[in-house]
Amino acid sequence: MLCQECYKNDANIHIFKSIDGKHTEEFLCEQCARQKEELDFSFEPQFSLHKLFASMLNQGLLESRQAMLAAKNQCPGCGLSFAQFSQVGRLGCSSCYQAFEESLKPLLRRIHASAEHTGKIPVRTQKHVQYKRELDQLKKELQLKVENEEFEEAAILRDKIKAMEKDLARGIEHKEEQEDSDPQDKNQEEGDEN
Amino acid sequence: MKQLQFSLSRWMEGGGPQPETVISSRVRAARNIKHYPFSCLASKEQSEAVLDQVTAVTAGKEEFAGFRYIKMQDITELEKQSLVEKHLASPFLARESNSGALLLRRDEAVSIMINEEDHLRIQCILPGLRLEEAWKEAGCYDDVLENELEYVFDERYGYLTACPTNVGTGLRASVMLHLPALITTGQINKFLGALSQVGLTVRGLYGEGTEIVGNLVQVSNQVTLGHSEEEIINNLGSVIGQVIEQEQKARQSILDKKRDELTDKAWRALGLLKYSQLMSSQEAIMLLSDLRLGYDLGLINEVNHKLLNELLVLIRSGCLQLLAGKNLDSQERNLERPVQIKQTLERYSKNQN
Repeated sequence: MLCQECYKNDANIHIFKSIDGKHTEEFLCEQCARQKEELDFSFEPQFSLHKLFASMLNQGLLESRQAMLAAKNQCPGCGLSFAQFSQVGRLGCSSCYQAFEESLKPLLRRIHASAEHTGKIPVRTQKHVQYKRELDQLKKELQLKVENEEFEEAAILRDKIKAMEKDLARGIEHKEEQEDSDPQDKNQEEGDEN
Repeated sequence: MKQLQFSLSRWMEGGGPQPETVISSRVRAARNIKHYPFSCLASKEQSEAVLDQVTAVTAGKEEFAGFRYIKMQDITELEKQSLVEKHLASPFLARESNSGALLLRRDEAVSIMINEEDHLRIQCILPGLRLEEAWKEAGCYDDVLENELEYVFDERYGYLTACPTNVGTGLRASVMLHLPALITTGQINKFLGALSQVGLTVRGLYGEGTEIVGNLVQVSNQVTLGHSEEEIINNLGSVIGQVIEQEQKARQSILDKKRDELTDKAWRALGLLKYSQLMSSQEAIMLLSDLRLGYDLGLINEVNHKLLNELLVLIRSGCLQLLAGKNLDSQERNLERPVQIKQTLERYSKNQN
């Protein structure tokens, strides 16, 4: 069947209207239907993921009393309130994840597979985690030395731990830069790798 | 700044595995830099500072030697639109970003968006079904940048992003599929529900909120937290594999029943594309779908994937006006479209002979 409007294209849209008991019927092609504004074929987003997400949040908000309390909270990092977030669906800064954790957790579980990251870890963070673990190990050793009354060695360990803690607070990178600038240390490191 | 020309992106060249159904594979990673609020709350100065940091670490680096640096404020609306139409920049970057910029590799396979919804969106888009390769490429640039910039990362929640729908891996993998047989027979509806059950979403050609036109759909992962990058990509890849299989079966069944009609349809499509004087983008996109199906079924040999992809992009409003070299209203575009299509088709057949 050809379109009743242009008589050019196939009519692939059937519009049936029933207004106040009066029935009208039209067979149109996509183009003509669009021109007559019977169909909204625009490319503009009509459905926004953010909005959907925000509405899910609002639903969650009502469900959980805890979330209601959190709604009053503001993120200490950027000042965004949870209520603002529920409207726009976007967080303001990385601290928001901690500030709104209780409210976000059930949502993250609903959207995602779980609430734990299992993928890629930045090498930089890997170093950080590794460094922390090393430090914990040294602390345990220190405890042992003290218990065994090996005070001289314990003192060396204590100094090392102190230095490492300082580094950790400043960020490990600084320490590495220092190491890099010390040719002796660098050689030693390279030797270790080989 | 030299005006952007209409150029072919790597994904438009065609080829790759499963070219009959998969047009392109895209992977992007969302990353944010420490000490700055996310883009939507960042001040002009903060956004500028993010931009400065990124340009400082990429400038002079071997890995970024073949990249073009495009600031959104330096290019015209038409140029921005053409980048969106080629899937190299997001609509957000083009329209809403503060101090938005794009680092674009010469072959246009890798693009890094700066000051998008997240500070960084590292993207790779390749022709055919090549998700693993696309992630490998994007991941390399991620590694280089991560080495110099401090990303916000949480041991439990992974890479932190402005929208919690991206948190974790920050990874969105998507595949652009041409599914004429599944869509025209309505079998696609069976898949839509099933796909969302396995954490995937189906969208139209231009992503979120766009409808399905020209039998083209984008399938992407919804879940970014709790699965590793490899799991996300393998999951998507294996589901796509099944969709492709069903599409091939449906195509075969139509071919067995309606070979003559399909041949006729493909040739008619070519005829209309060649000789029409007025054409809307919707009509062009449908005709290109008929023509592509005819070519993929071996019913017509006057085109190839590269040509079809080029046409698919140049019929879009921004690219069309860029090619015409001027702003055109809707009616003028409908006049210009057949001119550009015809020229491209003629150039192709000339090169073939």
